Amino acid sequence: MLDINGLSVFFGGVQALNKLSLQIRKGEIIGLIGPNGAGKTTAFNAITGRIRASEGSVFFCGEEITGWPAPRVARNGIARTFQNIKLYEDLSVIENVMIAAHSSISYSFIEAILGIGRYSRDEARIKSRAYELLELMNLGELASEQANSLPYGSQRKLEIARALALNPKLLLLDEPVAGMNPTETREFGQFLLTLRDNLSIGVGLIDHDMSFVMEVCDMIRVIDHGIPIAWGTPPVVRNDPKVISAYLGADFNGVMDNHATN
Amino acid sequence: MAVSRDRILTVFSLFILFSFLAYADSNFSHYTLRILQNIAIFITLAVSYNLINGIAGQFSLGPNAFLAVGAYASAIFTLSPEEKLRSFIIEPMLWPLSVISVPFAASLLIAGIVTALVAILMAMPVFRVRGDYLAIVSLGFGEVFQVLANNSMSITNGSLGLKGLHPYTNLWWSWGICVFTVFCTLRLVNSSYGRAMKAVREDETAAEAMGINAFRIKTLAFAFSAFFQGVAGGLLAHLITTISPSLFTFMFTFNLLIIIVIGGLGSTTGSIIAAVLITWGGEALRFFEEPANLFGFQYDGIPGMRMVLFSVILILVMLFARSGIMGRSEFSWEGALGWIKNKLSVMKV
Amino acid sequence: MASGFQGDFKFFDLGRHFSKSPPSSFTLSFEDKVLDYSFALQQLVYGLTVGCLYGLLAIGYSMVYGVLRLINFAHGDLLMVSAYVGFFGIVIFHLPWPVSFAGAIALTALLGILIDRGAYKPIRKSPRINALITAIGVSFLLENVALVTIGGRPKSFPTPDFVSGAIVVGDVSIPTLSVWVFVVTVVLLTLCMAVVKKTRIGMAMRALSRDMETVMLMGVDKDRVISFTFALGSALAAAGGIMWCMKYPAVEPFMGVIPGLKAFVAAVLGGIGSISGAAMGGMILGLAEVFIVAVQPEWSGYRDAVAFFLMIVILLTRPTGIMGERLPD
Repeated sequence: MLDINGLSVFFGGVQALNKLSLQIRKGEIIGLIGPNGAGKTTAFNAITGRIRASEGSVFFCGEEITGWPAPRVARNGIARTFQNIKLYEDLSVIENVMIAAHSSISYSFIEAILGIGRYSRDEARIKSRAYELLELMNLGELASEQANSLPYGSQRKLEIARALALNPKLLLLDEPVAGMNPTETREFGQFLLTLRDNLSIGVGLIDHDMSFVMEVCDMIRVIDHGIPIAWGTPPVVRNDPKVISAYLGADFNGVMDNHATN
Repeated sequence: MAVSRDRILTVFSLFILFSFLAYADSNFSHYTLRILQNIAIFITLAVSYNLINGIAGQFSLGPNAFLAVGAYASAIFTLSPEEKLRSFIIEPMLWPLSVISVPFAASLLIAGIVTALVAILMAMPVFRVRGDYLAIVSLGFGEVFQVLANNSMSITNGSLGLKGLHPYTNLWWSWGICVFTVFCTLRLVNSSYGRAMKAVREDETAAEAMGINAFRIKTLAFAFSAFFQGVAGGLLAHLITTISPSLFTFMFTFNLLIIIVIGGLGSTTGSIIAAVLITWGGEALRFFEEPANLFGFQYDGIPGMRMVLFSVILILVMLFARSGIMGRSEFSWEGALGWIKNKLSVMKV
Repeated sequence: MASGFQGDFKFFDLGRHFSKSPPSSFTLSFEDKVLDYSFALQQLVYGLTVGCLYGLLAIGYSMVYGVLRLINFAHGDLLMVSAYVGFFGIVIFHLPWPVSFAGAIALTALLGILIDRGAYKPIRKSPRINALITAIGVSFLLENVALVTIGGRPKSFPTPDFVSGAIVVGDVSIPTLSVWVFVVTVVLLTLCMAVVKKTRIGMAMRALSRDMETVMLMGVDKDRVISFTFALGSALAAAGGIMWCMKYPAVEPFMGVIPGLKAFVAAVLGGIGSISGAAMGGMILGLAEVFIVAVQPEWSGYRDAVAFFLMIVILLTRPTGIMGERLPD
C-alpha cells in the first residue's frame, strides 16, 4: 500500500535521510526505529509532504505522492501524529477531532451561513463521529475540556483520535506511547492491534520503547544517521549485531529491559 | 429544545433592538443618531476585522485599505454623472465610471464584492509570510493604497476627494447591515470553516497534516472580512458624505486594533462590546478635546488627548489583561442565563 | 468619526533645499537624463544622502530585531523625539549646536531603554504578535503625547551655517549637508561595527541573537545587553533624525512614521539582523527613490510607494534579504 523507494532528504547541510526504502501493506504494523536523530521523523515528514524529499519516490495505493503538499496527502488517506504533540491547544477536545473532518465536508461556506443544504447533515455527522472516536479512546467525558488541560497521556490519545477522524488508510504514529506507563502502553498496544484487525489500516510506528515496538510490529526497519541498517521481524532485528552497535554498543537486551521497566 | 429556546431569545432581542431603533429614530437628536450609526458601522468593522486577526490568527494591519476601497467603490457608483463632472475638476473621471450611477443598495453590494476581490488578489503575496512579517506587509499594502488613492485622479479624484455624497446611510441601513454581518460571521465561525480557521491559528502545520489547505482558509477569512469592511466603507462614505484618502490612514486601523484587542482577540462578542465602548467612549472623550466653558473658566481643549488615552489603554491591556474582555469566549444564551442565575442566588444568600 | 488628528504624511520635496545649479529633471529628455553623467551623478549624491539617513534608522531596527525578534514599531518615532529635543535645545534654550545634538542623542537613547524596560520587557515571553501590538501602542503614544504637549503645527528646524551651501564639482553640486551626512554616517557605522565585533558587550549581542537561552545559562546579564542594544540603535536613529531635520526642516509629531516604515523596508532589504545589511538596504532604497522619480517625474507622487513596493517584492522573493539570516517562522 505504501511503497517508499530510495527516499533521501538533504537539508541544513545534513543528509538527514539516505535512500530509505520501506513497504507497508494493508493491515501491517511496521516499526521504524533507530537512535535519536536517526532521521525517523524526517522520514515521516517527507512521506506526508511536510518537507520535500531530495531524492527517491513515495507511492501510495499505486499513486505517486512524492512532492505532494501535506493537505493533499492527508486527504488521500495518510494520517499522522507528531512527536511533540501538536494539538490545537486553546480549542476543546471535541473540536480538535471535528476539525480533522473538515476535508470531508460537502457544503460550501455560503451554505454554512444560510444553514441550508448539506450543512446540518454534515455537521451532525461530524459531531457524532467525533464523539464515537473519543469514546473509542476513552476520552468521551473530556469532550468539552480545553485540549491543553488534559494530562499528557490523554493528549497523545487525543492526537490519535484526531488522526482517525481523517478515516485514514495509513496511520503514521510518531512516538505514540512516550510518557505512558507500562499498563497504558500495554493497553495501547492491544488497542493498536484491534484497530488493525477491525479497520485493516496500515500503521507505521516510531518509538523508543523497545518492548512495545517488538510486541506490536510485524516488521521493523532500523535506521541510523539516516541510513537504513536492518529490516526484519522483531526477533531478527533484536539480535542483529549492526542494530546493537548502532545503539552505542549497549547491550541491546539491557536497553530493552530499561525501556520495559520505565 | 435548547435550540429553539435560543432562537426565541435571539429573535426577541432583535425585536427589542429594532423597537429601540424605531423609538430613537423619532426621538433622539441628530447628534445621538450619528453616534448610533457610528457604533453600528464600527461593530461591523470590528467583527470582520476580528475574523481575520483573531479567529484565523492572520494578523493584518491593512483594513484601512479595504475600508477605502469600499468607500470609494460605493461613492463612485452612487454619484450621478453631473455630480461627477462637478467634482472631478482637475482630471475628468474615467469612462465608463463617469456615466454609471446605481442605487445605494447596489453600490454597497458592488463595494463589498470589489473589496473582496482585492483581498483575494492580495492574498497571494500577503500569505506567503507569517506573523509580524504578515502584519508589516499588510501595513505596506495599506500605505500603497493610500498613495494610489491620492494619485489616481481619474478614479478617486486624488486628494480632493469626493464631496456631496447623498446621505443614504440611516439607522436602518447601518444597524441592518451590522446585524447581518454579525449573523454571517457567527455562522461561519460555528461551521467547519470557522473551526478550520481556528486550527490554522493554533497550529498551521498540524492543520495541514489534517487535510486543511491553509492558504485557502486564510484567503476565505481575508476575503470574507474584506467584503464586510468594504460594505461598511460604503456606509461610512454615505454617512459623512465626504471622503478623501487622508481619512483612511493607519490611524483608522489603530482604532480597530484597539477595539478587537480590548474586546478579546478571537471573540466576536468581545468585538461587539468593545466597539460599543470605544466608539461611544471616544465620543464622550471628545469633550476633552473641544474648548469649553467650565464653571466660568475657559478650557481650551486638548486635541489628541483621546488617542493618548487609547494608546495607554492598549499598552496596559497588553501588559496586564492580554485576553481582553471576553478572551476567546463567545456569548451564549446558556452562559448568560447561567450567569444571571448565579448572581441571583448569590444575592439571595 | 473616531479619528483625532488626521496626520498628513506628505513626503517633503527633495529639490526645495538645494541650490538650483544642477540640471532640472523637467527640462531634460529621457535620453538626456540617462546619458547625462552629471545629471546621474547629481541624483547619486541626493540618493546617497537620503540613503544614509534611512540606513542609520534601519540599523536600529535590525539590531533590535536581531536580538529580540521584535519589530520595534516605535523606532521611527525616535527620529521625531530627537528632532524635537534638538529643536528645543537650539531654538528655545539657545544651547550651542553640539550640546543640543549630544543632548538629543543621549535623551533619545535613554528613551529607547525606557521603552524597552517599560513596555517590552514585561512581555518578552509572550507571542511576538503581542509585542508588535504593544509596539504600535507605544508608537501612537509617543506621537500623540507630542501632539498634545507640543502641538501639531510643524516647527521649523533651523539650519546651522556650517551645513549650508554646496561644493560644486564640474556640473555636480554636492551640498555641504550631504558631505556631513556621508562623513557622520561612515563614522557612526564604523564605530557601531567596531562595538559589535570587538567589544564584549557587542559579542554578547551577537550571541544573544543566535541563542538566547544558552547565553542566559552562561551568566550574561541579558537585560543589560538588550538595553545596550536599544540604546545604541536609538542613538543612531537620533543622529539620523537630527540630520534629517537639517534636510527636511519641518518638525511635527508624525514625521517619523513614514521614514520609520521605510527604514524597516531598508532593514529587510539588507537582511534583517545584519547591521551592514541595514546600511546597504538604506542606500539602495534611497537611490531607488531618487532615481525613479528623477527619471520619471510624473511618478513623484508615488515616491513613498516605491519603498512599500520594494518591501513586498523582497518579502515574497528573497525574504532573507541580501545579507541576512533565514526568515524565522
